[in-house]
Amino acid sequence: MDLTFSAAETDFRDELRQWLAANPPGSPPGGEGDAHYSWLRDWQRRMAEGGWAGVHWPQEYGGRGATLTQSAIFFEELGRARAPLPANVLGLLLGGPTLMVWGTDAQKERYLPPILTADEIWCQGFSEPEAGSDLAALKTRAVKEGDEWVVTGQKVWTSAAQYAKWCMLVARTDQDAPKHKGLTYFLMDMDQEEVQIRPLRQITGEAEFNELFIEGARIPDENVIGGPGNGWKVALTTLMNERSGLAFFLQVRLRQLLDELFEQAAARGLLEDPVVADRLGELHVKAEVLRLTAYRGLTAIEKYGQPGPEGSLTKLMWSETNQQLTQLAADLLGPEALTTGSRWSYELLRARGNTIEGGTTEILKNIVAERVLGLPRMR
Amino acid sequence: MNFDYTDDQRDIKRTAHDLLAKRSTPERVRQAAEARRYDDELWRELCQLGWPGIAVSEQHGGQGLGTVELATLLEELGYAVACTPLLGTVSAALVIDQAGSEEQRAHWLPKLSSGEARGALGVLAGGEAPMVADAGGADVVVLVGEGEGQVLDAAQADIEVLETIDPTRGYARVRGSGDALAGDPGPGLDRATVAVAAELVGICQRALDMTLEYVKDRKQFNTPVGAYQAVSHRCAQMLMSTESARSATLFAAWTADADPDRLAEGAALAKAASSDAGREVTASAIQAHGGIGFTWEADVHWLYKRAQLDAALLGGARAHRARLAEIVGRRLTATAA
Repeated sequence: MDLTFSAAETDFRDELRQWLAANPPGSPPGGEGDAHYSWLRDWQRRMAEGGWAGVHWPQEYGGRGATLTQSAIFFEELGRARAPLPANVLGLLLGGPTLMVWGTDAQKERYLPPILTADEIWCQGFSEPEAGSDLAALKTRAVKEGDEWVVTGQKVWTSAAQYAKWCMLVARTDQDAPKHKGLTYFLMDMDQEEVQIRPLRQITGEAEFNELFIEGARIPDENVIGGPGNGWKVALTTLMNERSGLAFFLQVRLRQLLDELFEQAAARGLLEDPVVADRLGELHVKAEVLRLTAYRGLTAIEKYGQPGPEGSLTKLMWSETNQQLTQLAADLLGPEALTTGSRWSYELLRARGNTIEGGTTEILKNIVAERVLGLPRMR
Repeated sequence: MNFDYTDDQRDIKRTAHDLLAKRSTPERVRQAAEARRYDDELWRELCQLGWPGIAVSEQHGGQGLGTVELATLLEELGYAVACTPLLGTVSAALVIDQAGSEEQRAHWLPKLSSGEARGALGVLAGGEAPMVADAGGADVVVLVGEGEGQVLDAAQADIEVLETIDPTRGYARVRGSGDALAGDPGPGLDRATVAVAAELVGICQRALDMTLEYVKDRKQFNTPVGAYQAVSHRCAQMLMSTESARSATLFAAWTADADPDRLAEGAALAKAASSDAGREVTASAIQAHGGIGFTWEADVHWLYKRAQLDAALLGGARAHRARLAEIVGRRLTATAA
């Protein structure tokens, strides 16, 4: 057992720290508007110029070819520098890696470079009003007409849709096949009248996400990824990438939030209160356990090629801990944490989404029960 | 970075697991527990194998391995709910090794390493150590307070045996005074705390394994009960608690060997996480076993009882969380300054 970074890992971290120091990220203008997004896009361009946009991408695709551990370090350091995620996070983390597995050479050549530079933003068209956790029940249809597919349906929870050029779209192309078999994965051009975007206002009051209404949108046949009928497998590649990488960024953000709460509690003299100390201590334990478990997961993948039992647990741990943390802030800081527009009230409300987005707690527990613990299929 | 055992450490763990599966069977545990005795035959065998001295330096008759190796043994002993005085013996040795005078070390460590002497470690509260594991029958008891400690031979110690809910191990209240330790008992106490945490990890793993086996097999309404989400989600939660305790304990054991400046924090983290996990997971095991889990005949209650006592030994979760809050508060003040 050795929990220190290797020389290569330390070098990587130091180089990144130097770059971040020389290129301070700054912070985007507030709100969720266009100015905010264009700042994020510019931030990604700066990262791309420095060679830091696709650290986990192989060098042949313009990435840095970082190992899993280096990639974890990258996200930790980004979080530590209080830098936001780059604008095209879905393209970098989900779309690019999916294309690398399933795309043709022509597709990779055409689509990968503008992901890195944020010239073309990607969004994700998976969930539907009636297909959330049961993704394979999706109803959006694509019908072949000559060299094109014609798409009709509705998608939901699509972040960055209004800025995206490409949508990773999963649609049903065979009505008669079993539900996991009749799906196809497309890259849909968002610049067409047939795709209407409506912002979806969430409980925080802002609109991070959108609904897509698709009425006869056109997709050329060459934009099928992984072949017709293969959409479920391709989508799984995307979803598997969704659950890695980001964990380290989120873990660091949680740590920073917790440290801020410690500081504010200390400033109010609350650390002397044994009940407060106990609850903060408990959160510290959970935050540390999350960090350590995420690293154990990395080791398992690097050593054995697949995640161990701990790999499935970090999302569950993070989401519950973040909710508990923001709730404690409301207990300790009083009105300040409950006033609309305050930092803590935002965190409190936003945290409710954590146990839903990227796999609900209930679905993740089903997955743990069936695939890790070998329990019989759920009823 | 390699957050996993080395091949040698894995071998130690596997060997310990296989041996205890044969020697410390549920029948043997039940026999010892019902008689409120240690399994003397098992203890002799473990002594011959050198287990009590695994983390004691070779110079003093031990094997000179680290806290990680010690923790692997404790985890397996917890998994087997083995009825031996090993925890008390290694705990006493850890403190004497870290804080004893040369004379104290030369006198006690070889005997504790071979098992010729048995030991115990207690934390003083109000002039006595209210609950000391393995103190009954110990040849030496180490009592530690804030920054200081004493080594008592059996004649100097007033040992009042307690009949606790955990009959798989002996506990006692200890008073008395002996020879002062030369150094700070903290680092030794922290290592012993990691050992208890490791035992709790093993208890959790056993409770989880037994529960999984049961809920896959037990049918109600013509369905294995493990197919119901109310049960399967409970099992997922048990895994999460178990792995949380394991992450924290592995980290703490590693700090003891490789990064002693972080040992105090690591030990508190490990004990806080595994005390909670041990109680939750074993309670869940009883619940998931249904009516049978509440019977004396089923073996899950030994785990629950051992977990309750382990959770309280050398400071419960609340005490360790208070330590952590203080450590984090201090660190943030230092950064701000």
